[in-house]
Amino acid sequence: MDRQKLQRIGVTAASSVAAVLFALVICGIILLLTGRSPSHVYQTMWDAAGERRIQYDAIQRATPLMFAGCAVALGFKMNLFNIGVEGQYRIAALVTAIVGTRIGFLPAPLHVAVELAVACVCGAAWAGIAAFLKVRRGVNEVIATIMLNAIAISLAAWLFNTYFRYTQGNSQNVTTRPIPRSGWMPDIVKDQLNGFFIVALLVVFAYWIVVFKSRFGFRLRASGHNDVAAKTSGISSKRMIVTALLLSGAVAGFIGMQQTLGDSHAYSSQGFVDGIGFLGIAVALLGRNHPIGIVLSALLFGLLAASATKLGLIKVPQEIVQIIEGVIVLSVVIVNEASGRWVDKRTQQRAAHAVEHHLTQLGVTA
Amino acid sequence: MTTAEPNTEQPYAVELEGIEKRFPGVIANHDVSLKVRKGTIHAIVGENGAGKSTLMKTLYGMHQPEAGTIHVNGQQVHFKSPAEAIAVGIGMVHQHFMLADNLTVLENVILGAEPARRGVIRHAEGTAKVAALAKQIGAHVDLDAPLSALGVGQRQRVEILKVLYRGANILILDEPTAVLVPQEVDELFETLKVLVAGGATVIFISHKLDEVLAVSDEITVIRQGTTVGTVTPDSITRSRLGEMMVGSELPKPIPRETKIGTAVRLEVNGASAKVVGPGSQKYVFQDIDIDVHEGEIVGIAGVEGNGQFELCEGILGLMPLTAGTIVLDAKDVTHETVRHRKDAGIGYIPFDRHREALMLSSPLWENTMLGRESQPKFNIGPLINVRGSQADCREIIHDFDVRTPGENVPAFALSGGNQQKLIVGRELVNNPSVLIAAHPTRGVDIGAQNAIWARLRTARDAGMGVLLLSADLEELIALSDVIVVMFDGMITARLTPAQATPELLGLYMTGTRQEAAA
Amino acid sequence: MSLTQADVDLAGPPRRSAALLWSSRSSRQRILISAALTFLLLSVVREKTGAYDLTSSGTVTATLHLALPILFAGLSGLWAERVGIVNIGIEGMMILGTWGGGFGAWKYGPWVGLLFAMIGGMIGGMVHALATVRFNVDHVISGFSINLLAAGAVRYLSAVYFVGKKGAHGGVGSVSLSPPQKGTIPEITLRFITDRANASCLTKPSGLFWVECRRWFVVSDAAGIARGFLSQMSLATILGLGLVPITAWIMWRTRFGLRLRSSGEAPSAAESLGVKVLRLRYIAMAVSGAMAGLGGGYLAIVTNTQYKEGMTANRGYIGLATMIFGNWRPTGLLGGAALFSYSDALRLRNNKSIPALLLFVGLILLLFSVSAIMRQRWVTAYFTGGAALLFFVLYATVHRLSDDLTSAAPYIITLIVLASASQRLRPPAFSGRPYRPGDSH
Repeated sequence: MDRQKLQRIGVTAASSVAAVLFALVICGIILLLTGRSPSHVYQTMWDAAGERRIQYDAIQRATPLMFAGCAVALGFKMNLFNIGVEGQYRIAALVTAIVGTRIGFLPAPLHVAVELAVACVCGAAWAGIAAFLKVRRGVNEVIATIMLNAIAISLAAWLFNTYFRYTQGNSQNVTTRPIPRSGWMPDIVKDQLNGFFIVALLVVFAYWIVVFKSRFGFRLRASGHNDVAAKTSGISSKRMIVTALLLSGAVAGFIGMQQTLGDSHAYSSQGFVDGIGFLGIAVALLGRNHPIGIVLSALLFGLLAASATKLGLIKVPQEIVQIIEGVIVLSVVIVNEASGRWVDKRTQQRAAHAVEHHLTQLGVTA
Repeated sequence: MTTAEPNTEQPYAVELEGIEKRFPGVIANHDVSLKVRKGTIHAIVGENGAGKSTLMKTLYGMHQPEAGTIHVNGQQVHFKSPAEAIAVGIGMVHQHFMLADNLTVLENVILGAEPARRGVIRHAEGTAKVAALAKQIGAHVDLDAPLSALGVGQRQRVEILKVLYRGANILILDEPTAVLVPQEVDELFETLKVLVAGGATVIFISHKLDEVLAVSDEITVIRQGTTVGTVTPDSITRSRLGEMMVGSELPKPIPRETKIGTAVRLEVNGASAKVVGPGSQKYVFQDIDIDVHEGEIVGIAGVEGNGQFELCEGILGLMPLTAGTIVLDAKDVTHETVRHRKDAGIGYIPFDRHREALMLSSPLWENTMLGRESQPKFNIGPLINVRGSQADCREIIHDFDVRTPGENVPAFALSGGNQQKLIVGRELVNNPSVLIAAHPTRGVDIGAQNAIWARLRTARDAGMGVLLLSADLEELIALSDVIVVMFDGMITARLTPAQATPELLGLYMTGTRQEAAA
Repeated sequence: MSLTQADVDLAGPPRRSAALLWSSRSSRQRILISAALTFLLLSVVREKTGAYDLTSSGTVTATLHLALPILFAGLSGLWAERVGIVNIGIEGMMILGTWGGGFGAWKYGPWVGLLFAMIGGMIGGMVHALATVRFNVDHVISGFSINLLAAGAVRYLSAVYFVGKKGAHGGVGSVSLSPPQKGTIPEITLRFITDRANASCLTKPSGLFWVECRRWFVVSDAAGIARGFLSQMSLATILGLGLVPITAWIMWRTRFGLRLRSSGEAPSAAESLGVKVLRLRYIAMAVSGAMAGLGGGYLAIVTNTQYKEGMTANRGYIGLATMIFGNWRPTGLLGGAALFSYSDALRLRNNKSIPALLLFVGLILLLFSVSAIMRQRWVTAYFTGGAALLFFVLYATVHRLSDDLTSAAPYIITLIVLASASQRLRPPAFSGRPYRPGDSH
């Protein structure tokens, strides 16, 4: 990799780091204003991050975020906003939980594999509605996916309440019928670290390969960079839009799988963790849609949330973490905009300078 | 703004003297002098890029000249913004209308200068004022209708009303007839005559000589940034005017050694396409018949905006035809996708490289791969062969003399000329059957221009057909075997370079149809 | 052989077709006629099915209560989009409003609560303005960030300020609840016209209520609806409803409003005529935030008596949907909010009325289908005809509609509207696109 590319990566990473630091400063101010000590808070969180249990917790929290980040990033690469990740993973979780109980006759690895496949298909199908509306009826995908999210909540609730409720003995929890053991995702460290994060890393890796290294990914990115040029060169933008949304939905399907297959082994309306889709947007933005960035951002958010659980001990509300997350997102996008133009200008100047002074890497005499 | 009494004896509404305007790398206006008499319609003619619009923008205060003076009604002025020009009574109607579709006609006219009391718009007062103006110029518009309901001719009237409403006495119109159909043109000219009869002065920019001769009192010709002369319609012939516009020296065509083949690479038969716009539909090109043979370069001449761009899109497959066929190497591709046509052998160097050809923030090697990514040398299975692509890019950089530090540099970092060379290289390397080259040497220095021309000739000699679109007559004459002239979406003439003289070209490019050969 | 004059006379004057009659009416007249027809139809259905709640005053009151927050949210979206900014962050601003409202109402009283709610929303609005106008950040991303931020911020602030604190009636605050408020916003009931608020038909009804109880065709329905507006009308509701004509008046009758709209339609053109686009955007976003905040405040103070976490329940997004449904016009907004809330209100009051509603919707769709046939729009005709059939079947078979499904109704309706009427919708032309002054030249 030549020096220039390294420098650009450096600046990109630096702007993300700057955004995080800025967020910490802002939250420090909020803490001060509400009578808490920032240094105490940050110290506690830092110490907590050193504990093994917290670290496992961080990885667990990061896993669904990685999927969410990839799903959203797939959309962003095509200049599409897949806000519908929320609804996509909810539907996927419910359907998978139901299907999982019916295929208990399959051996364990196959059982899990089928469940994952079902999750992908559901997520893709729900996203497909938005894709159809966009290319056939010109409905903006932001509004469509927001509407579909809400419809998903209602639909899932109705299906659950009407057909699939199941109460286990004296338990207070109302869930779907539990999935038999063969359908579970095994823990690596019992009750602390589920193996699903390995699946997450695999999916991120696949994202990297598909988007950055494959021919399809090249066309996808081309359409996202400049759809007029892409069309002129023969790429069909409608096909790209549909494919991107379907893939994004498929990845989104994975989001709820750690909870459904590795934790609760069922679906329940109350126990369902929502909001991951929105956090996924934050992860994709902070990670600049790059696989390594997404992994790091997901881990960062996971770590923030995990170490914040210790804040209760010093009487600081854990919710400060959500403020941190929110400010991070805003500052990332602002810093991106502000620095982007500066970086581009420098690159242009450097290139012109290099050309003028015959500093080529081709060994060609100018 | 001075306080002395304006000299009412003074016959000139506007005087520009010695105007000089530069942009980075380009001298747009050089030593321009223009005198416009009060109460006249004064036309400014010239080709694209001649500097007409720049000059008018200077007059309107949109930018300041490096040198020269401007006098309005005898007073010297220095406009720092259009607001100052408006205050003195100058109004400009741009070529691209600045109107809001979803607001009513009245709202569009009064925006920014609304008659109001304590913030509440006085609708009746506004309506009365604008209606009076409309009546004055003979425009019949429903002031409360949404602007979207209006056709192009009507929209232009609204733009004129806008400037009149603000008290303009000197109107500048930039290519007003570019988007009008003949009937609307007549209506516009009626309006202009009424305005002038009422004491206004009209300056309008055009390249359509028939119209200019029909309606103006005086004509100033601008070529390559400077004034060539000022004449009156009675004192000049059309052909002489065209010659002034185009320049009297054209290069000699260069003889070629190879012969044109018999096989027809590209056939465009009776191609037409329509575009449906607000309130009207217009043919963007009509009944186009062009054949490009093996080893032939067919040049299309014409002022920009006469359908050439759309014709390219139609041949490439980006714009559907409403009639006619496109045949490539004897296969009908009229209903095929863009990708199919490109794979079948159409190469394209687009008009607007930033919009249509490059991904500016991507590295050069990704740009050279664009459109060719399914070729075996770029792939290892479904994955991209990055090294292969980079090597290919390096070759193109070397062969086409693209000045860049390397193939990993993002495209925006290159100068315009080098970007163009890269694009030319990318298309030629594909060995297309037919290459559509739109302004292939736009923004490129002389050395690079010659290099590109040499490339085109080599490829032509090897059997490729070329459809060359250019506003640069020198380029057309240097390269083409036959020149087709387009005006207003139709072909007005077919000439050989030897037959092409500035007068003839000027004539055909500005509207005269060639008599069909007997 | 041509017709003779006698033959022509015999044939009589040409009949004006119904279609011509319709299209010659102005848009305002069309809306009135449609409303009248709808009302008539509603009355018919009520007669036939005996579902009194379709047009009862209780339903109207409930509809208003449910519709107001959505209305505020829609107005928030309107003020932003009309100036060219897409405001996805309405939900977040509403959340800030609910918190501010809960806090203010608890500490100082309901009116101060509304004020705090407004301020809370405005803060969110200004953050969005800063990001989008000054830094040209993508509008959707900025909006989402605000939602994220707001959700977290109110939890944190609740933890700091509400936990363990006492409020009215002994209620205690927590991370997700504010202590209950001191007092409520007064409600107006015109007793002499409408009878007491909690009257029942069985105990000597009087005034309009008496008319309503008679169950007369059309007249009682009208009385019921009127009574709904004249009793138990919270002052906050009146404020909210009043904002609709005020917004419309400002936008279409004042200089400020015209310039604001032009900033959203064609900012370059506006700028070239001296309009200060950027400044207008800041102002409009402040108003947008204030509206959203008021919506949140209404939820916390009027609909409830305290702040509760998650009480906005996606109303910010429904507000956006209402704005689209209303074609970016204040009156359309009002209609949309009412429409979206009506079915919810019915369900809450008396679930048994739902089948009647299904019948009503089915009949409306049938009418659409017929009109489409008259205009020879076959696809639309089949579509609406099929949907009408579906609703008739549902009417015959369903006795109770699950809450879950009806709560999805607004969103489904919006999607259908968007999918079928994309061409007719007229969003502000430049909404959501980045604008830097001096872009055009």
